[in-house]
Amino acid sequence: MSAVLSLDLARVPTVDQVGIDERAASLAKRSIKTTAKRAGIRLAMSMLDLTTLEGKDSEGKVRQLCQKAIRPMPGDATIPHVAAVCVYPNLVSVAKEVLAGSGVKVASVATGFPAGLVPLPVKIEDTRQAVAMGADEIDMVIDRGAFLAGDYDRVFEEIVAVKDACGPARLKVILETGELETYDNVRRASHLAMGAGADFIKTSTGKIQPAATPSVVLVMLEAIRDHYLETGRRVGMKPAGGIRTSKQALHLLVLVKETLGDAWLTPDLFRIGASTVANDLLMQLVKETTGRYQNEDYFTKD
Amino acid sequence: MSTTLADEKARTEALKKIEAEKPRLEFGGAWEYAPAPESKDHVRLEKRYGLFVGGEFVAPRSKKYFETINPATEEVLAEVAEGNAADIDAAVRAAEEAYEKRWRKLSPAQRGKYIYRIARLLQEKSRELAVLESMNGGKPIKESRDVDVPLAVAHFFYHAGWSDKLDYAFPRHRVSPIGVCGQIIPWNFPLLMAAWKIAPALACGNTIVLKPAETTPLTSLHLAKICQEADLPPGVVNIVPGAGETGAHLVNHPRVRKIAFTGSTDVGKIIQRSIAGTAKRLTLELGGKAANIIFEDAPLDQAVEGIINGIYFNQGHVCCAGSRLLVQESVATAVLGKLSDRIATLRLGDPLDKNTDVGAINSKMQLEKIRELVACGVEEGAEIHQSACAIPSRGFWFPPTFFTGVAQSHRIAREEIFGPVLAVMTFRTPEEAVEKANNIPYGLSAGVWTDKGSKIFQITSKMKAGVIWANTFNKFDPSSPFGGYKESGFGREGGVHGLRAYVELS
Repeated sequence: MSAVLSLDLARVPTVDQVGIDERAASLAKRSIKTTAKRAGIRLAMSMLDLTTLEGKDSEGKVRQLCQKAIRPMPGDATIPHVAAVCVYPNLVSVAKEVLAGSGVKVASVATGFPAGLVPLPVKIEDTRQAVAMGADEIDMVIDRGAFLAGDYDRVFEEIVAVKDACGPARLKVILETGELETYDNVRRASHLAMGAGADFIKTSTGKIQPAATPSVVLVMLEAIRDHYLETGRRVGMKPAGGIRTSKQALHLLVLVKETLGDAWLTPDLFRIGASTVANDLLMQLVKETTGRYQNEDYFTKD
Repeated sequence: MSTTLADEKARTEALKKIEAEKPRLEFGGAWEYAPAPESKDHVRLEKRYGLFVGGEFVAPRSKKYFETINPATEEVLAEVAEGNAADIDAAVRAAEEAYEKRWRKLSPAQRGKYIYRIARLLQEKSRELAVLESMNGGKPIKESRDVDVPLAVAHFFYHAGWSDKLDYAFPRHRVSPIGVCGQIIPWNFPLLMAAWKIAPALACGNTIVLKPAETTPLTSLHLAKICQEADLPPGVVNIVPGAGETGAHLVNHPRVRKIAFTGSTDVGKIIQRSIAGTAKRLTLELGGKAANIIFEDAPLDQAVEGIINGIYFNQGHVCCAGSRLLVQESVATAVLGKLSDRIATLRLGDPLDKNTDVGAINSKMQLEKIRELVACGVEEGAEIHQSACAIPSRGFWFPPTFFTGVAQSHRIAREEIFGPVLAVMTFRTPEEAVEKANNIPYGLSAGVWTDKGSKIFQITSKMKAGVIWANTFNKFDPSSPFGGYKESGFGREGGVHGLRAYVELS
């Protein structure tokens, strides 16, 4: 197992930093206007993982976020519900209750989020508990220390074990790219996570900067593409952290469209982890219809 | 042991099935970009343009005008005066008078002031010039907006700075100007080439007669207006549009002291022959057939971007285009697979649309030349791969194309196509790559892709090309000299090296 893994990782192509930055920047210049903008905003809305991951999170806050997830714009039923609400394990049952029957999934972070520095049995138990409380999706973190130390086998085996603990729940593997230092590492970690069974790979916890930069997202999308062409398995992508504006969200959709193509333009395979971007998407959508920007108090802060 | 016919058939069927089930990327219309055309309202086109001689737009002595069109729509944009021998003579005399009476007498710092002024005015009008460049030449607005115009501006700024520092560029020499320079530029980067020629010539104290290409005279003529606005002394820059004959009059004019030409190798040879035996100085920037070499240890996805940028930038109308891809055997399948997927995402169409990646072919004549060479590639047995993009019904268009199974002896591997057509060859050892790369009469540019720094130096030191890019392609900067080896010409443009072509040293 381990010899094969090392061999596979050695075959992963390197990433040239100047080149990838240039490509990501050139795709930021796509002009998304009128019909494309409206369709893109709706699509981005349906791909959101509305997230709250703070120590001070309350049941009330989670209930409010879940309402927003089901009906982002009161009075406009044409705006789709978001893909999921992402919370800490202790708040899963609250979210599950509010979201029941809505089509919005419940995602829970697990495995000693955000650092992942707990023993493997604790990670597995953390995951099992979250699934037992009703999580449809698990967002795990990798052990960056082990990865940076070159102990790829350990990282691989932990993902395999957590995937096993997930049962029917879908597994998103957070690489925490801000701590991986190089694009080469990001690409290698992406292949490692996909090889170990990740259903999604995700950039960041949101606790570390830089998070979901366009370049890092592009590196991961290219890894997903190569994995698909080699194995036929479509792995999803979730950028998270620092995504606040519609412009950023649309740029992410451009990256997906032009790297992975049509098949990935669905909430099943692409998610945007964010807490504040929803209101900017709504504000832009209203502006597209009325021609004017509304006061921010017209949008609920949840 | 022989297999039966039935076995063979079953095997073929099985292979077909595997091929059909192979994972594939679909780049369709799941989320289509809406049209995003750049507005052309602010472009002030005139119905008719005269010659720019002695600081004024004048009617041509030839009494002839030709139509200039938009190659994306075939619409006529304007009528432009065509210079004959008498017009060239008038322009050369105006340039000579300006040189003797005004320009050479100005202090270098004053000269610099005028060039700075041109740079700033260009910058102010950059949007108008970018749109005009795309309308007249067919190139995507994102390129004229982000590459052509900003680089043209940068060339003026850069050379303005040199005007009063020439003694430092050539220490231990006395530096003086040459006199009247005749400059002939191509249609692929009309404004940028005008800037490459005019800026260093002016900075060094020379005066100019410039002939833009017959298909793309408009931005040069708008640059003439900017010269007027900058209050440049009359006659310092003269612009006489026309075709090859006009250029020949300029080359052969006895009072022209220097010729700078950018264009095809064939015409370069004619020019060199015709000025043989005269005291005229000459710099030539001619054709190319650059090798873009991809080693197995290259960052493959960025290398594919480099291939795309190398050959499809400006529809491949680039003298330094990476038109020959040399890819190491072990990664050839991977690279070509990625290249196929990538050309499926290239957006061909309206050059003024901000999302267009590939614009129109510059002229009907050029389109025919591309078609002829591509047909020849197919006939010679190379395998053609083309983007399935829709082609507009009017205008001149050619889809992004590459050939595999190309031999070194194929015409598509030896001749400059000057279109969006790439010839792909493979190699096994670095020696083979270098040999193939150099085995061509051209030597303008090349690219090397590898993550290994030592390999970059090892390979590039053996290559005969004026510009070699490592892990990037088609990067330009006014401070970096550009020019060729062998039949790609001689002399350099840009940097201190470029100034050398416009000064007398004693």
